Amino acid sequence: MTKTPHISVQHLNVHIGNQHILNDININIPDKKVTSIIGPSGCGKTTLLRSFNRLLDNTPGVSITGKVLVDGEDIYDPKAEVTHIRKKMGLLSQRPYPLPMSIYDNVAYGPRIHGIRKKQELDQLVEEQLKATGLWNEVKDRLNASATRLSIGQQQRLCLARGLAVSPEIILGDESTSALDPVSTSIIEDLFISLKEKYSIVLVTHILRQARRVSDYIVFVYGGKIIEFGPTEDVLLNPKEELTREYVKGYIS
Amino acid sequence: MRRRKAEELFFKILMLIAAIIVCGSFFLIVGTIFAKGLPYMNLDMLTKTPGGGFYIGKEGGILNAIIGSLYVAGGATILGLLISIPVAIFINMYMNGKKFLSDSLRVAFDVLFGIPSIVYGAFGFLIMVYFGFRASLLGGIIAVTLLVIPILVRTLDEVIGTVPLELRDAALSLGATRWEMAKVVLRQIRPGIFTAILLSFGRAIGDVASVLFTAGFSDNIPTSLHEPAATLPLAIFFQLSSPVEEVQGRGYASALILTIIVLVITVLSEILIKKFSKHKS
Amino acid sequence: MQIRILKDKILSKLMLVFTLASVSLLLIIGIGLYVHSIPILEKSSWGTLVTSSIWKPLKGLFGFYPFIMGTLWVTGIAIVIALPLCLLTALFVVEYAHAGIRRVLVPFINLLSGIPPVIFGVWGVLFIIPLIQNYIAPHFVEFSTGYSVLAGGIVLAVMIFPLIVSIISEVLNTIPQELKDASLSLGATKWETIKKIVLRKALPGIIAAVVLAISRAFGETIAVLMVCGNNAVVPHSVFDPGYPLPALIANNYGEMLSIPLYDSALMFAALLLFIIILLFNIISRLILARLERKLTS
Repeated sequence: MTKTPHISVQHLNVHIGNQHILNDININIPDKKVTSIIGPSGCGKTTLLRSFNRLLDNTPGVSITGKVLVDGEDIYDPKAEVTHIRKKMGLLSQRPYPLPMSIYDNVAYGPRIHGIRKKQELDQLVEEQLKATGLWNEVKDRLNASATRLSIGQQQRLCLARGLAVSPEIILGDESTSALDPVSTSIIEDLFISLKEKYSIVLVTHILRQARRVSDYIVFVYGGKIIEFGPTEDVLLNPKEELTREYVKGYIS
Repeated sequence: MRRRKAEELFFKILMLIAAIIVCGSFFLIVGTIFAKGLPYMNLDMLTKTPGGGFYIGKEGGILNAIIGSLYVAGGATILGLLISIPVAIFINMYMNGKKFLSDSLRVAFDVLFGIPSIVYGAFGFLIMVYFGFRASLLGGIIAVTLLVIPILVRTLDEVIGTVPLELRDAALSLGATRWEMAKVVLRQIRPGIFTAILLSFGRAIGDVASVLFTAGFSDNIPTSLHEPAATLPLAIFFQLSSPVEEVQGRGYASALILTIIVLVITVLSEILIKKFSKHKS
Repeated sequence: MQIRILKDKILSKLMLVFTLASVSLLLIIGIGLYVHSIPILEKSSWGTLVTSSIWKPLKGLFGFYPFIMGTLWVTGIAIVIALPLCLLTALFVVEYAHAGIRRVLVPFINLLSGIPPVIFGVWGVLFIIPLIQNYIAPHFVEFSTGYSVLAGGIVLAVMIFPLIVSIISEVLNTIPQELKDASLSLGATKWETIKKIVLRKALPGIIAAVVLAISRAFGETIAVLMVCGNNAVVPHSVFDPGYPLPALIANNYGEMLSIPLYDSALMFAALLLFIIILLFNIISRLILARLERKLTS
């Protein structure tokens, strides 16, 4: 962590209605690593993730103070262009939500809206991303079929390919495997591990074993605060804080 | 215990009777219209405009009114869609976070939905007087458009509400603008838009009070927006007020035609709604 | 790149304009009708217009009392008939009917709501009028043509069936099963649970449904006009003819511009309808919105 990190959060506070969801969050997300946010449900971990690409804006009654710097630029600056920020981050949500179009168009959707029109270029991009997610051999003969025909695991990989196609720098995963079968889960997990060579990855998960398998760093969030942040082994095996120890024990022991 | 059981049984029977009356009234109405209208039904009704002396029982049909109604209802639905789609998109996708405002807008459209068509008709008449044009196809279309806008807005609003938020997030997180996201959502709800069109068209084709002042009446098929246009419900109303039995009979036949058109539309939209909700779950 | 963001911004403003324009229709209609009512309001006060029974347009006398009473009679009869039937039907559909029966019943109620007003009017003339004239009225009065506020009320009642049934059903569906289970597990019969728990919980929703149905019935024009006789006197029994406000507007628009102040009088009638319906609608929507909030939060 010598240069400025991709994502740097400074004094972030989030209220929804009169509830204080996130309380003075400060964290630098390590580059080209997998960072997992863990914590009991309702602790604010998804809110934290959604604050990174300003999807939080659409929540009714939300008010946000503090800074989230992405590549040194404060994304909550009123002058910031939100579509540019979001383009830098691919989101993989809990369940796959393919766009109502063909497999090909799903992947090509992002590049198209960002100005790539040439068929050849698009073809190449689609093939590249489908290969990166290991889907190419499964779908290359039916690229024009509706994306909803795919199995749910394939759909999730398609959504990942769709996100990668806009060449993001960061991948955000919000419990991305919670709706998947074990085989698909392990495929997605392996993808995360191989993708970290090119991308910084932030995952929200409530499965500690998964966090241990895939992540380099762990953030433990409790009651809207960051309790502990550090390398995976340290946090899970030698927690410094009492709260972390209790949480980790409750699941692992 | 026996008294309690007896009370329950009594009310159960009462409920059954009530349900039979409520649903049975549909059959009673449609049955009456068929029984009275069918004997006067013939091909001329559908294919000819009123000839000389039509209103004292001579030759002709109500093609003028059928075409006029299709024009009015079609025009109003198209115009209404052009206004309602942006409104529904705006309420759902451009007012992020301001739930109080968007909910207030929804209430306002609900209230507009409750305003009776006679008031829209009277208001349409005021607009026509104000701009100095006479009862015409255009006047009818404008009045009926006002009538269907709340229906379209609320139906589209509900349909958009069925689109999972995650789909919108997916589009947004690819760097889509709100408008580009809206296009994805519109694509997703295509069957829902079709349902809204049918609902609006069905309401528009059957309404009298709004076209009474505004569309006028004519025995000819209108060839321009500025000519008066006959509409089916008005044709039924006029024929029924005639003392001539033959004309009244044709009024019943006209009622039968309108009933069939509206039933087909309603059944289609019911099927669509079913299909639509099935895909979602 | 910039173009698509600009496009989004411009479209956003455009949609805002569309939204504001269509919502402000509510205001514009009210103002338009009011402005056109000014001539008659300058001549007589709201009070006299609403309470006078003398309707002689040619002499410039406009008393709306008979028309207001006509509207109230027809609406009242419709609600008295429709509410118990619809409440029982909704309870049957939601609480008792098997899924199969429900699947058959509900579409027919929806079909009923699709039938245009003029068809209800035709049905009224063909079915209800002879029914009253030949079978009902002879038991009570010496002679009736059948064209009466009762006929208007019955036709209206059938027209508002779908509205009331669907709102009450929706409200009943929002009542949590746990609540019913709590009562049932204490040994109450299903009917007792409905009587003591469900109906009490659903009461605001039922009131909202009735208020909405009233406002719907107030404005219904053509079907009522065709069956209720249109006689500008205050009805004294259900077999008397009546002349509701919407029918007044619809019947006389032809002469509107040929008699002085007549157009203003008719616009005043429309204004009256507009105000009453606006109030009733807002009340019922607020009740329903609050109910929804309470049950979802």
